[in-house]
Amino acid sequence: MFLINCPFCGERDQSEFSSGGEAHIVRPKQPTELSDDEWAEYLFMRKNIKGIQFERWNHVHGCRKWFNVVRDTSNDKILSVYKMGEKPPVNYK
Amino acid sequence: MPNYRIHKTEYIDETKRVSFKYDGKTYFGYEGDTLASALLANGIHLVGRSFKYHRPRGIVSCGAEEPNAICQIGSKKDLTEPNARATELELYEGLEASSQNCWPNVKFDIGGINNFISPLIPAGFYYKTFMWPKSFWKKVYEPLIRLSAGLGKSPTEPDPDIYDHKYVHYDVLVIGGGVSGIIAAKMAAKNNLKTLLVDDKKILGGSTIYQNNESFKIDDKLSSEWLKNEIQEIKKLSNLTIKTRTSIAAYHGYNFLLAKENLTDHLPEEKKKNKIRQRLWKIRAKKVVIATGSIERPLVFNNNDRPGILLSNSINKYLDYYGVTCGENIILFTNNDSAYETSISLHKKGIKNIIVDLRKSASSELIKQAESLGIKIYFNHVVTNTFGYRKINSLEIMKLSEDGNTTVGNKIRLSCDCLGMSGGWTPMVHMHTQSGGKLDFRDEDQVFLPKENSEDQISVGSCNGDFDLENIIDKTVNKINKFLDIDNQDYQETNIICSKENDKRNIWLLPNKIPLGKTKCFIDFQNDSTAKDIKLALKEGFRSIEHVKRYTTTGMATDQGKLSNMHALGIIADTAGVKMGTLGTTTFRPPFTPLTFGTLVGRNVGKFFEVVRKTSMHEWHVENNAEFENVSQWKRPWYYAKNGENMHDAVQRESKAARDSAGILDASTLGKIDIQGTDASEFLNRVYTNAWSKLAIGKCRYGLMLNEDGMVYDDGVTTRISENHYLMTTTTGGAANVLSKLEDYLQTEWPELDVYLTSVTDHYSTASICGPNSKKILNKLFPNLDLSDENFPHMSFKEDKLENINCRIMRISFTGELSYEINIESKYGNSLWKMCIEAGKEFNLTPYGTETMHLLRAEKGFIIVGQDTDGTMTPSDLQMDWIVSKKKYDFIGKRSLYRSDTIREDRKQLVGLLTDDPKEILEEGAQIVSDIKSKPIDMLGHVTSSYFSPNLNKSIALAVVRSGKTMKGQKLIIPMENKNINVTVSDTIFLDKENKRLNA
Repeated sequence: MFLINCPFCGERDQSEFSSGGEAHIVRPKQPTELSDDEWAEYLFMRKNIKGIQFERWNHVHGCRKWFNVVRDTSNDKILSVYKMGEKPPVNYK
Repeated sequence: MPNYRIHKTEYIDETKRVSFKYDGKTYFGYEGDTLASALLANGIHLVGRSFKYHRPRGIVSCGAEEPNAICQIGSKKDLTEPNARATELELYEGLEASSQNCWPNVKFDIGGINNFISPLIPAGFYYKTFMWPKSFWKKVYEPLIRLSAGLGKSPTEPDPDIYDHKYVHYDVLVIGGGVSGIIAAKMAAKNNLKTLLVDDKKILGGSTIYQNNESFKIDDKLSSEWLKNEIQEIKKLSNLTIKTRTSIAAYHGYNFLLAKENLTDHLPEEKKKNKIRQRLWKIRAKKVVIATGSIERPLVFNNNDRPGILLSNSINKYLDYYGVTCGENIILFTNNDSAYETSISLHKKGIKNIIVDLRKSASSELIKQAESLGIKIYFNHVVTNTFGYRKINSLEIMKLSEDGNTTVGNKIRLSCDCLGMSGGWTPMVHMHTQSGGKLDFRDEDQVFLPKENSEDQISVGSCNGDFDLENIIDKTVNKINKFLDIDNQDYQETNIICSKENDKRNIWLLPNKIPLGKTKCFIDFQNDSTAKDIKLALKEGFRSIEHVKRYTTTGMATDQGKLSNMHALGIIADTAGVKMGTLGTTTFRPPFTPLTFGTLVGRNVGKFFEVVRKTSMHEWHVENNAEFENVSQWKRPWYYAKNGENMHDAVQRESKAARDSAGILDASTLGKIDIQGTDASEFLNRVYTNAWSKLAIGKCRYGLMLNEDGMVYDDGVTTRISENHYLMTTTTGGAANVLSKLEDYLQTEWPELDVYLTSVTDHYSTASICGPNSKKILNKLFPNLDLSDENFPHMSFKEDKLENINCRIMRISFTGELSYEINIESKYGNSLWKMCIEAGKEFNLTPYGTETMHLLRAEKGFIIVGQDTDGTMTPSDLQMDWIVSKKKYDFIGKRSLYRSDTIREDRKQLVGLLTDDPKEILEEGAQIVSDIKSKPIDMLGHVTSSYFSPNLNKSIALAVVRSGKTMKGQKLIIPMENKNINVTVSDTIFLDKENKRLNA
């Protein structure tokens, strides 16, 4: 059970949050101009990394804000937390 | 009656006699006893039959690792509990326990025949035997297996006990109150860290607390005396909470641990009443110190499972802690020093004993002490067989060859009434591995050890492989100082004297002249798996430890292989010629010891099991005989059983009334989202498939919401209340998810939009009145409101007052009838409802439930998201192309609507179905085919909604069928268990295609 440091509320139990999958997948601005393959890339393809992964989380039973999390999926350690719209921390690239 | 209690100890209160029943017979013990110690004091070793062979089995251990002495407690239907470990069960007045897995009784057990046919039931016997003949499976094999499967009996009535949950936060959690745990807890608490110390036993002190050998001294005191002082001291520390009778069940990530505290299990029946039985502690600790100790290993030799064969250290504990000797003529069989402590202790109390030691020779303080006391020691000898059916009475030993692979010389037969075995110690690494830690293998004494300690958790003491007292204390002190970043000097001057073990001789499967196939060398006592079974599995090609475990069921009983896993691994490694370190272990899964369901569920039972949401009108529905349907968490009236009618009759009556005159539905549960902001219109444009910019203020529009994959996600009517203010409705079940989805897009994809979302589902109650007379009823309620089609047309919105209370009225329809939805602040919901009913009396205004609502909308071919759709339907599949805007540049899911897969002609599409026999009602979910002759039968789709329509006087259904759009008029077949139903594909709209009734 993770302890997640919501950037708006502070440390809370994982049961207050829901996970939203991989972060930094930007919805294409002009979907109609994409080929099936390009659209499928946005729609379906996810990295599912063993190691350092950038994820979206929602404090659904708290402030209801979405934010980003850097998590090492091999040991579940959360390395960094940052707000939506902020640049991902460079040291984890 | 024999009495094996031979001396007084401070842990047994001989002034408090306790009577208990075991297998129907009354015995006596004392306060402080466990059921096991009390049975042993009464000379009872035989406590159960083994699972597969029904061999007589006795108490083996004194703790959580016990495989044999598991019993059924009590006999009441609601309170009886199976698989309780007698070794952990504290004795109380009136305790009733019985042995398990035997019939008619433990001494004479019919199942014992399995022991004699054991060559016929090897490992994997189930997989091999019950294969043929096929017809035997259902009638013979399965009932037989079910009869013999499982241990003990479950209670058959609900558990009346009270359980509790509690969350706590600590700086440091120390698991285990032995010598290292006590030192760690004291160091932490004295350095201002809020500390919790838990131990599963009644008192702290672990195995050191009854240590009385002069070879182990701390500061010139017996180690037990020194430790008692330490315990007195830590009890005074204000920063330290001590929880005894509390065992850690699970160690999850981020130092989140679950602990079970036993509060009343040790109390007599009358003192248990109205008290919390067990409490589940949910612990968050910044740092965790694991000091869970180690457990002694048995040895694997022929017939090592007879009653009277125990772990050597357990014999010691029964003697020095409980004052009970396990026999009067004891043999100790060992490969290490610890059995010598037992031997010396027995000798001091006048119990005759001899030692059989696998080692060629050994020297240490303990061994010298034993030799000087004149205790007979057979070095370099091995026990090859034991005798005695219900209890051991003698055994045979032989000399070991130089390499230890075989036996030499003549058998020596020794008589005994008890055998203690010690195969060394296994560190309890469960907690470490549950937390995600890895293990290393130490070859010299064949143990798995915690590999690395993270910054959040550390293992100290014998669970870390530190076995001698000096090592334990020194290392614990150093490690804790470093781990907690403190500089505690309390133990710098502590002077420790202890006997040091110098030699070990580990042999996993002990040699024997008898061929292995004819021996019973048990590895897992509870699941009856033997060394032979392990070897058979390897011979049959199993290699992975996880596979061998499952094939032989080794380690899969309620004790989870605490005594057996190491030997199974050792024998696999030896046989396959691989190193144990590379073989790895099976996964250590929580819980460490079994938990009751009650503990896990806590207070969330009965009406607290799940949240129940009720509308403001709920009481009226109850008073008017509503049967309720659960829709997500809501209780919705399903139908109103007037004058005791059944559901069919009620639905027929309700739906006819709604079309003939007027019906009223409690629509309060529909999701309502208040949308405000300068970009609200643009936002709706992006989330719905149709266009919203041109919707006039005061008008309503139906919208369809897709997922980004183009599949229908939700639908509902949205009303424009003012320029920048909308009220969206969603399906009842989809309300929370729709809000989350909209918030997600607003926060992450379109943060530039000025839009605010507020859930107002609970804020408004809604009464929906439909039918040709609905306008007249509305007129009575709102006499000042102009209800003409010109002023208040279909799909529009008005505000008016009902006795000074604001109402929002929408003229919208889910039934195809002229229809109004009246929304009012929830606290007035019940009054609104009653006023509607009153006003509607003269028009036979009939309350109807969800079933009638479903029927009425099906007559009109309106979909229900989640019933006619299942996450694979596009708007086009639903024949709803009309609602998808061609002009809008983008909306959620638009691009997916012309992916190669979504434009396939042969997708499943929504159609209507009419049965050839109009009285025949189809089953929802029934499969649809066109041809039942060619096999395999091609399945075209399934029925999604089906009703008997009283308004059309025939059966109607909606279905999804492959290429359904092109099949109108075509005959299809619905094959049922006993007949085939002929149907014809029809339009999805069955009634009033011209929508005349909307303006009736």
